[in-house]
Amino acid sequence: MATAKGATKPNVSKEELLEFYREMLLIRRFEEKAGQLYGMGLIGGFCHLYIGQEAVVVGLEAAAEEGDKRITSYRDHGHMLACGMDPKGVMAELTGREGGYSKGKGGSMHMFSKEKHFYGGHGIVAAQVPIGAGLAFADKYLDNKRVTFAYFGDGAANQGQVYETYNMAELWDLPVIFVIENNQYAMGTSIKRSTKSPSLWERGAAYGIPGEEVDGMDVLAVKAAGEKAVAHCRAGKGPYILEVKTYRYRGHSMSDPAKYRTREEVQKMREERDAIEHVRTMLLTGKHATEDDLKAIDKEIKEIVNESAEFAKTSPEPALEELWTDIYADA
Amino acid sequence: MATEVLMPALSPTMEEGTLAKWLVKEGDSVSSGDILAEIETDKATMEFEAVDEGVIGKILVSEGTEGVKVNTPIAVLLMDGESPDAAPAPAAAVSSPVETREAPAAVAAAPRSEAPLELEVPDGTEMKATTVREALRDAMAEEMRRDETVYLMGEEVAEYQGAYKISQGLLDEFGPKRVIDTPITEHGFAGIAVGAAFGGLRPIVEFMTFNFAMQAIDHIINSAAKTRYMSGGQMGAPMVFRGPNGAAARVGAQHSQDYAAWYAQVPGLKVVMPFSAADAKGLLKTAIRDDNPVIFLENEILYGRSFDVPVMDDYTVPFGKAKIWREGTDVTIVSFGIGMTYALEAADILAKESISAEVVDLRTLRPIDYETVIRSVQKTNRCVTVEEGFPVCSIGNHLSAKIMTEAFDYLDAPVLNCTGKDVPMPYAANLEKHALLTTKEVVDAVKAVTYR
Ligand SMILES: Cc1ncc(C[n+]2csc(CCOP(=O)(O)OP(=O)(O)O)c2C)c(N)n1
Ligand SMILES: [Mg+2]
Repeated sequence: MATAKGATKPNVSKEELLEFYREMLLIRRFEEKAGQLYGMGLIGGFCHLYIGQEAVVVGLEAAAEEGDKRITSYRDHGHMLACGMDPKGVMAELTGREGGYSKGKGGSMHMFSKEKHFYGGHGIVAAQVPIGAGLAFADKYLDNKRVTFAYFGDGAANQGQVYETYNMAELWDLPVIFVIENNQYAMGTSIKRSTKSPSLWERGAAYGIPGEEVDGMDVLAVKAAGEKAVAHCRAGKGPYILEVKTYRYRGHSMSDPAKYRTREEVQKMREERDAIEHVRTMLLTGKHATEDDLKAIDKEIKEIVNESAEFAKTSPEPALEELWTDIYADA
Repeated sequence: MATEVLMPALSPTMEEGTLAKWLVKEGDSVSSGDILAEIETDKATMEFEAVDEGVIGKILVSEGTEGVKVNTPIAVLLMDGESPDAAPAPAAAVSSPVETREAPAAVAAAPRSEAPLELEVPDGTEMKATTVREALRDAMAEEMRRDETVYLMGEEVAEYQGAYKISQGLLDEFGPKRVIDTPITEHGFAGIAVGAAFGGLRPIVEFMTFNFAMQAIDHIINSAAKTRYMSGGQMGAPMVFRGPNGAAARVGAQHSQDYAAWYAQVPGLKVVMPFSAADAKGLLKTAIRDDNPVIFLENEILYGRSFDVPVMDDYTVPFGKAKIWREGTDVTIVSFGIGMTYALEAADILAKESISAEVVDLRTLRPIDYETVIRSVQKTNRCVTVEEGFPVCSIGNHLSAKIMTEAFDYLDAPVLNCTGKDVPMPYAANLEKHALLTTKEVVDAVKAVTYR
């Protein structure tokens, strides 16, 4: 059932590599800006940054087709940017403005886009897992030939509803990919302190679901694994589990004293395993791009991010009447 | 261009902090991700990282400075090749129109509240200013010292010292057998705690917030609350489910709900919702000793507030006994938990307009001290209830019915209920302000029932 670790890397075109670089950099710069705006008090409440994990969503989105669906937790900014949502609308939601994806009513943790098939943005740990399987249930029911990516964390992987979902997803052959973003920590709890399972993807075996571990700091490996999982789902063989090993560089949310891991551990990851640096090196050593080419991309991304921040600052607050709208569907 | 490094907001409720330590000095080069300083917030000491690259031109706030407001410039960062003189003068910077975060009224309220009229402590007892956070910790520590079967379990309660730092120091004192970090599995560990209670222990279950207790509500109600009855009195679940409840600040619809009325509906549960630190301590100690499952609803915004707590070996507060914080003759304002902030503020404002409000803090919602409420209404002939939760089937609705049944002839006006709005909590600052209860709404309600 379960397959062994280590997908073979595909040949990758120069254009694709550059696109990966661009998309991952956009997420990183966007998140750095969000952190800055939080510090200035322009963003409030909880704000969970995706810095360090960029290769996961960028690699998997490269394996997705138009119409495929995705759903995730509160750590959702990267997923939204990677599936093509507008950085302006995302940033303006972070500042709680009218121009945000939820008109300012959702905030960092709760954004949605019907157009991009992004189903949120969920604040209750693991709640998105059965919902993701439900999206796949609907696709199968409607014979849509679509696949759903249901993202959740290593901490979420211990919630009971994940296993209830595994059982039904396999029982009914639902086209859902369970993507465990194992960034090794759930707030201050390292994975070693929350489970004795040697790996998370192997738990699927108890329900008959195949899966594999993926190097989440290597965008090409992620894409390759994603393609395999998508092919499995699209062929009608039921769900697939990807345990993507990744790392978050920043605190759990903005208010995290970070006493549960050493600075050296974070620094080592950043220096030795950074996914963006990895692609950058590939581009330069493969002579696909010059330093100047990459500088130009950096500049371009910086402009997009600055524009989104500007939009997020100047977009007006929602009208007060919005307090009372969208509670029910129109009669 | 030189940029200013501003005092960051490092938590949803932070308005100011202590600049504990600089980890860079003037002239140092920094790049994105380097730690600039350690900053103490209301919850913890945090490292503050650089976002931009550059050279530290000037340090504007020296280390050890307390009460540095969010957004105050604390240093100047120079870009490549700039001289420190290019830095903008700090004075100009302060006057620049930076937007500041909106704090709910409760946060901005005076940090110390007046003493209530009715104290369960002997005359001459020493009082000590204590935060609600410390009071809760002290209550758990005292009860754990007193009874070996009391233990604490929940997410991040041990090594992290509590997501909201309520269990600070407990792991050190009681060890990992009694202070237990759980995986994120609310339904599972709540059930395990119910079983442990059946088996002779007295668990304290901390929910990171009560929003997440929704995962576990089946065990709270079906397993914990009903077993004594279903077993014909043979066994029950002596345990406490506690954690922050209700809105914090800007955390959106899934993290802001007040569950007071939900749990108060369930026979077999006891429900406590303290306002002051003294009550938090005394009521939590009573809850831990109670042989029934107790829902103990705390509030994140109140955690950092200080109140006088009596210095006594064993200070407990009984359930089912309301506290009159302020005597009055024109109207009775009944509230509990964070609602008391609005009730007391309103009473102050009303006093200036010669309306004398009696303010009653229910403290426990099951049992409810009807007697104190009815007696007060018989005196004032008017009543306004104040709570943060949704308006439909609220505690205020229930009290209104009770007052109508038992004191109908005493009423000179209908009882009015002030509540949160009938909407999921919005994220946007302006909308959130409108969704929440305000002091003005309480003042207006009192004026309506007093025909002023
Ligand atoms: C049911 C529930 N319990 C607790 C929380 C509080 N909480 C928010 S995120 C989190 C940690 C989740 O860790 P993980 O699943 O590894 O995701 P990551 O944050 O690492 O992306 C916790 C405990 C919550 N939001 N919902
Ligand atoms: Mg994690």
